Amino acid sequence: MYDSGKIIAGLVIFIILITFPFWYNHGKASIAPDRVLPKDQKECVEEISYMTSSHMQLLNDWRTSVVRDTNRIYKNKKGKTFSMSLTNTCLDCHSSKADFCDKCHNYLAVVPYCWECHLTEKGNP
Amino acid sequence: MNIAFSILTVVVIGLIPWIGTTAVNLQYLFGIIIPYAAVIIFLLGVVYRIVKWGKSPTPFRIPTTCGQQKTLPWIKQNRIENPSNVVGVIIRMALEILAFRSLFRTTRAELKEGPRLAYGGFPWLWLAALVFHYAFLTVVIRHLRFFLDPVPFFIAWLARLDGLLEVGLPVYMLSGFALFAAVSYLFIRRVVVPQLRYISLAADYFPLFLILCIAGTGILMRYFFKVDVISVRELAVSLAGFQPKLPDNGIGGVSYLFYMHLFYVSVLVAYFPFSKLMHSGGIFLSPTRNLANTNRAVRHINPWNYPVKVHTYAEYEDDFREQMKEAQIPVERD
Repeated sequence: MYDSGKIIAGLVIFIILITFPFWYNHGKASIAPDRVLPKDQKECVEEISYMTSSHMQLLNDWRTSVVRDTNRIYKNKKGKTFSMSLTNTCLDCHSSKADFCDKCHNYLAVVPYCWECHLTEKGNP
Repeated sequence: MNIAFSILTVVVIGLIPWIGTTAVNLQYLFGIIIPYAAVIIFLLGVVYRIVKWGKSPTPFRIPTTCGQQKTLPWIKQNRIENPSNVVGVIIRMALEILAFRSLFRTTRAELKEGPRLAYGGFPWLWLAALVFHYAFLTVVIRHLRFFLDPVPFFIAWLARLDGLLEVGLPVYMLSGFALFAAVSYLFIRRVVVPQLRYISLAADYFPLFLILCIAGTGILMRYFFKVDVISVRELAVSLAGFQPKLPDNGIGGVSYLFYMHLFYVSVLVAYFPFSKLMHSGGIFLSPTRNLANTNRAVRHINPWNYPVKVHTYAEYEDDFREQMKEAQIPVERD
C-alpha cells in the first residue's frame, strides 16, 4: 500500500467516529423510565396508546383551538367533554411534571417549550 | 428502464419488512440481526475499498489544476488551486470536502441569439448537493439521540436549531424537509435533462430512491403516523450497548413504518461500500486534489520501476578481451 501511514490513520479516525455510539455507551443499555400514572384515574382524554405517541399533537391542536378560536371544549372519541387546558386538565391528574413529563422527555432529550409560558404547578409560579 | 428497475427494487425492499413484521413475526430479524449485519458489512466494506485504492500507485502528481503553479519569483502562484506544500493541499482538500468547490465549477452550455454558444455558471447542482449533504448530516446527528446514553448536550442544541421555526408539535425539523427536497431535485434533474437521463444508470437512481424512502418514512413517522419513540430509543440504546433486546411491548403505533425505515437504512448502509456512495471515502484519495504540485521541484521515482540488470562495458571487455586483442581493437584494460 502507498502512503499507508496516512491512509491507515484516516481509516482509524473514520472507524472511531462511526462506532461512536458503541463505545460511548460502554456496553450498557439503559431501560426506558416508567411512567408514573395517576392512581385515582383510569382513563385519559384519549386512549393511552394514542396519548403516548401523539399527546404533543393533541396539545398543539388544543392550543390552536383555544388561542385562535376561543373554543375551550374538547369532545373525545367516546363523546366525553374536557376543558382544553394544560394546567387545569392535564396537570390535574398528572400532578407532577417531574415524574410524568420530564422522565420521558429527558430520556429522549426532548425540550418542549410548553413550560416557557405555562406554570408547572397550580398556584405556584 | 433504469428508473423502473430502481423503483421496483425500492418497493420490494419496503415490502420485505412490512410482510416480515406484520404477516410473520420477524421483528428480531429486522430490528436486531439485519442492522448489526449492515453495520459490519459497512465497516469491512469501506476498509476493503480504501485499502484496495491505497494499493494503486500515484507515481506522478497530476497538475489538472485551475491556477498558476509555483515557478519564477515574479509570477504569482495560486497557492490554493495549485499548492506546492502541505498547507495549501490541506486548504484545497478542506474546501473540496466541506464546500464541494469543484462542483461549483459546473457550467452549462447554452445557445443564445445569433446563434452564439455561451457557457455560464450553473450553481444549482452545487447548491442542491450542499443542501442535501448538510441536511443528511444534521439528520444523522439528530438521530444520535436514540443511540447515545446519556444524550450529549449538543444534540439537544442541534435539534433546537433545526426546529428553529417552532411550527407544529412535534416541531417541524427543517433538515428533514430540506433533505427530501434536495434529493427530489437531484432526481428530477436526472430525468429532465436529456443528456443526464442518457448517462444515468440504475446505480444512480437506486441510492436516490433509497434516500427518498428513508426521508419519507421518517417524515411520516414523525408527523403523521407516530410510533412510540420511547420504545424506539430503548431498541436503539440496546443495539448500541451490545445488549440487543426488542422493547417489551414492541414498537408502539404504526410499527411497520419503523421497521421499513430501519430496513431501508440497513440496506443503504450495507450497499454503501459497493456503490457510488463511496465517493465519501474516495474524495480523500483524489490524486488531483490531495497531491501538491511538486512535479518539477522534487524528484518523483516511479514505484513500479523494477531493478534492471545491466551489462557494463568493463564486463563486456572481460568477456571478449582475447578476441578483441586478436582483431586489434583497442582495450581499456589489459
